[in-house]
Amino acid sequence: MQSTLIALVEDKPGVLNRVASLFRRRAFNIESLAVGHTEKPGISRMTIVVDSSRTDVEMVVQNLLKLVNVIRVEDVTEVPTVMRDLALVKVRSGDGATRAEIMQLVDTFRARVVDVGLKTLMVEVTGTDDKISGLVDVLRPYGIEEMVRTGRVAMARGGVGTDRELTA
Amino acid sequence: MKKTGAEIVWEMLNREGVKVVFGIPGGAIMHTYHPRQDYDIHHVLMRHEQCAAHAADGYARVSGKVGVAIATSGPGATNLVTGIATAALDSSPIVCITGQVQTYLIGTDAFQEVDITGITLPITKHNYLVTDINELAYTIHEAFHIARSGRPGPVLIDLPKDIQIASTEFEPPEGDISLPGYRPVAPASAAAVQRAAEFINTAKRPVVLAGQGVLMSGAMQELRSFAEKAQVPVALTLLGKGGFPESHPLALGMMGMHGEAFVNQAIQEADLILAFGMRFDDRVTGTLATYSPNARRVHVDADAAELNKIVKVDVPILGDLRQVLTQLLPLVAPATHPEWLAQIDAWRGDSHFRNILNRPENGRLVAAHFINDIWEATKGEAIVVSDVGQHQMWTAQFYRNDLPNSVVTSGGLGTMGFGLPAAIGAQFAQPDREVWVIAGDGGFQMTMHDLGTIIQEKLPIKIALSDNGYLGMVRQWQEFFYDKRYESTRLVNPDFVKLVEAYGIPAWRATNRAEARTAIAEARATDGPTFIDFQIADVGEDGNVYPMVPSGAALHEMIRRSQPDHTTD
Ligand SMILES: Cc1ncc(C[n+]2csc(CCOP(=O)(O)OP(=O)(O)O)c2C)c(N)n1
Ligand SMILES: [Mg+2]
Repeated sequence: MQSTLIALVEDKPGVLNRVASLFRRRAFNIESLAVGHTEKPGISRMTIVVDSSRTDVEMVVQNLLKLVNVIRVEDVTEVPTVMRDLALVKVRSGDGATRAEIMQLVDTFRARVVDVGLKTLMVEVTGTDDKISGLVDVLRPYGIEEMVRTGRVAMARGGVGTDRELTA
Repeated sequence: MKKTGAEIVWEMLNREGVKVVFGIPGGAIMHTYHPRQDYDIHHVLMRHEQCAAHAADGYARVSGKVGVAIATSGPGATNLVTGIATAALDSSPIVCITGQVQTYLIGTDAFQEVDITGITLPITKHNYLVTDINELAYTIHEAFHIARSGRPGPVLIDLPKDIQIASTEFEPPEGDISLPGYRPVAPASAAAVQRAAEFINTAKRPVVLAGQGVLMSGAMQELRSFAEKAQVPVALTLLGKGGFPESHPLALGMMGMHGEAFVNQAIQEADLILAFGMRFDDRVTGTLATYSPNARRVHVDADAAELNKIVKVDVPILGDLRQVLTQLLPLVAPATHPEWLAQIDAWRGDSHFRNILNRPENGRLVAAHFINDIWEATKGEAIVVSDVGQHQMWTAQFYRNDLPNSVVTSGGLGTMGFGLPAAIGAQFAQPDREVWVIAGDGGFQMTMHDLGTIIQEKLPIKIALSDNGYLGMVRQWQEFFYDKRYESTRLVNPDFVKLVEAYGIPAWRATNRAEARTAIAEARATDGPTFIDFQIADVGEDGNVYPMVPSGAALHEMIRRSQPDHTTD
């Protein structure tokens, strides 16, 4: 089981370190952590996926809130949310026939080929965990040379933003 | 007016009301030391930075104000670490200021460079590396606010040398602190308080578990009014001592691993436990599987992350304890619980029976004797600072205490060597009160170099050494749980009296009860610091702390002193 948390944090040196250190120290089991800027200067946003079968999510939330630089934490697991991962997959493409086959699979998954090499294709895919894992599974038999995934980012649908009332 | 970073440090300490700081200078902090004489702030030169942090901690615990420790970069900073962790585990508000290499050298492994903000990240409430002189004043202001508000804790400010030297237009920070992500305590939910009141009003066997939160929120009077109105007996954690007078008829005494058996029994039999400002440390619960099995549970704490952390509770209340008790009091119906209190008294009688003080003396000095005699001589009104080990538990058991902020000990981290330096801080917090250190021969030798600080500062601290020739607490575990193999616990000690006399401190040695009493009287009649080497029986039943809940056992499954054949009363 997984829970998804969104944390808004002050964009100050060491904040990522504080969050990571907290997870390690409290032995929280974290599946992924993605960090980036928001539309507000000075505020970063983290999407944290917690393995809720092994970790008490409420404890993660309360301990994050104890960090002075963490402004807000929201558990969006139960609210309608758009969740996305991005992956880049470099797959062996071999001869022309295989290449065409792969491109068809990529199409079916609404992924894109973003680089064509002599012996490889680089595929970019965004979507939920499941979708990405699905594509990876069907690409695996061709031989995956290299892969990178970003970890989940999430945003609640409709309504107001998680960063409402925040002034930077 | 333009001021250097060094001057801004003292300006800001002054504005925060700091009168005394504890530290040791060195290369990377010398610039900050340089202007100190121009300010009305006393600097106590310690003999080890660990002791500076402990002294700041002791000062904070007794005064309720923020304690300050200062150290140089590198080894000075790393020496603070044990003291910071000790303060963190016991929620003690201290601010540590460390020197750091110049900003342009950071990350180069420069001479005496260490990443102290990285090292202390998990043991501080917050920490800062100041890289802009214009942020220095505000950072210090913020650091004090964070250290003392909400659930207090240590804050560290790392100050590079070039920032100390640089100067800027000094504008003291005014007004409220704006920290968007910092939330000290909010008012408690009225609905939760109402639910707690309903539980209290229907309980038949309630008990309060009072922790350090009582002292930190200043809820002593409110707790007393509550306990008296609802006739609820009050058990204390080690750090809760002073939150409720131990001479009060509703006072049970200390709970937990070395708590009184009848107190633990009451907790196990209770139908309602009211946990006020405590955090269900494993040293007070025993195994959780059988902890207070029949009780409904109410937990009040200022830290949301403590609620439902260890023990799941029926009513978690986030808030300042004093405010919560003030809200609760009018909702609580006056009650009596005669059967429950009588039952507890019956159990108490059995504990009384086994109390070593109620045994005929056999000529051998035990720690309970001299601690009791210090208690009698000081009428229970001294500030008592203990170290860590058996003597710490005996101090908790036999120095019964009615006064807040008068019992100082390292509970959460259990730091040996804490006692003597913490007493230095305690004496600065209360210069007119009598301060006793009770230390073991093991722990005393971890920080005894700070006897030098005591004579330099002419502090009238009374030191009592519980000298059993062993790392006694570890020896006791070896006796009970490790086949009586006494591995690495026997101490070959120096002549402590001579050692202390070398500092010019008057010293006595006591080997029996009469000598103990005389030495205590003479030490108290002597101005200035004194030292008594209480040579106590080292082995056998009299040398162990009873009762004891073995680690991992249920709270009521205690190893107890055997029932005596004869008692003196
Ligand atoms: C810094 C530190 N090291 C080790 C320990 C483990 N420890 C706990 S109690 C104890 C023995 C303390 O001996 P002493 O100071 O003589 O006190 P006694 O138990 O004999 O009263 C030890 C070694 C500790 N708590 N702190
Ligand atoms: Mg000893």
